[in-house]
Amino acid sequence: MRQHHDMGGLPAGPVARQEHDYALWEKRVDALMMLLSQRQLLRVDELRRNIEALAPDAYDTMSYYERWISAITQTLLQRGVLTSDELGRAMAEIEAREAGR
Amino acid sequence: MSAVEPRFAPGARVRVRRADAPGHIRTPWYIRGQTGEIERLCGAFPNPEELAYNRPGLPAQPLYRVRFRQRELWPDYAGPAADTIEVEIYQHWLEPAR
Amino acid sequence: MSSDVHTHDPAHDHRHGHAHPPHAEAPERLSYYQVMEIAVRELLIAKSVFAAEDVRRAVEAMDARDPAQGARVVARAWTDPAFRARLLADGTAAVRELGYEMATFRLLVVENTAKLHNLIVCTLCSCYPRMLLGLPPDWYKSRAYRSRAVREPRAVLKEFGTVLGDDVELRVHDSTADMRYLVLPERPAGTEGWSEERLAALVGRDCMIGVTRCHV
Repeated sequence: MRQHHDMGGLPAGPVARQEHDYALWEKRVDALMMLLSQRQLLRVDELRRNIEALAPDAYDTMSYYERWISAITQTLLQRGVLTSDELGRAMAEIEAREAGR
Repeated sequence: MSAVEPRFAPGARVRVRRADAPGHIRTPWYIRGQTGEIERLCGAFPNPEELAYNRPGLPAQPLYRVRFRQRELWPDYAGPAADTIEVEIYQHWLEPAR
Repeated sequence: MSSDVHTHDPAHDHRHGHAHPPHAEAPERLSYYQVMEIAVRELLIAKSVFAAEDVRRAVEAMDARDPAQGARVVARAWTDPAFRARLLADGTAAVRELGYEMATFRLLVVENTAKLHNLIVCTLCSCYPRMLLGLPPDWYKSRAYRSRAVREPRAVLKEFGTVLGDDVELRVHDSTADMRYLVLPERPAGTEGWSEERLAALVGRDCMIGVTRCHV
């Protein structure tokens, strides 16, 4: 079965010459990938596999670095570097902290 | 690093296997089942299909650049006959062709 | 908290076209994935996988990589035939002479001539010579470019204002694996005797991807 990310040759509209300056959080996601990869805690092909595992509609609507952080997190869960519980608690704390700012 | 022996020399005609393997595959769909010519051997690299599951991917697979004629890939290709496309393909996806 | 942190506007993380006033009252709410990034980063720092300083340095290194590096390589190849030969024979080693490391990838430099035009795409994801050119533009990662660059590359080139004659072979490179590609554009006519620096200023990112040609 052709996978959703494997799109070479499919019909599509004109190339929108869109660009944006990457935001700090996007650069940090990129930095996480590089640092984890240097420490052998993540391989680029694991990252890609986890991006490819996204549902087609998520793949299309998430931004590039949203796909990346989602896939980095999946890899760290699969490898046992992080657990869902610690991530869930940390994310709730961060939201509370940010809401109080 | 252990590596598989290269089977193909530059200029050899090769066919990309028309396989529908599950997992993380770096052989694009549009090129499967197509015939082209070895442009060069790039070296041997751990198999990404294994790396994707955090396994070593060894022995390493020879990686080639394979050149295809655009008109053979797309029946409705609009450009001249000389137009080509080159794709990096690991050896285990290739078989000899005439 | 509430479930609306999961809703997502795909356009919202693109930088806004307007400048925020210096003292905006309410900072924008972080998206679900921005919160995830902070959580992952802070947890990994707490576990001493790396330090905050490492993240800062990695971001700085990324900011330092931009297409001017590639332009320098191209201008050197235009003015130094021996370097050009080394660049085409072994791109990874040749750019190292100028201080650029390709990390785990190998650089393959493909040369445009009067009879051959090269175009780079990654149909499966977004492979790009980022060590040399910095992060790729959004359109390079778009569905439209990734889908169409292999099947109707001449139509895509036309959208970038590049029209090729039928006597020019167009060669598309689908960057699927361990190679990274840099197009060595044709040196524009009328630049005879120009210095390397002046030439480098002509070389934009897009002509090193192959969607445009280099012009004076």
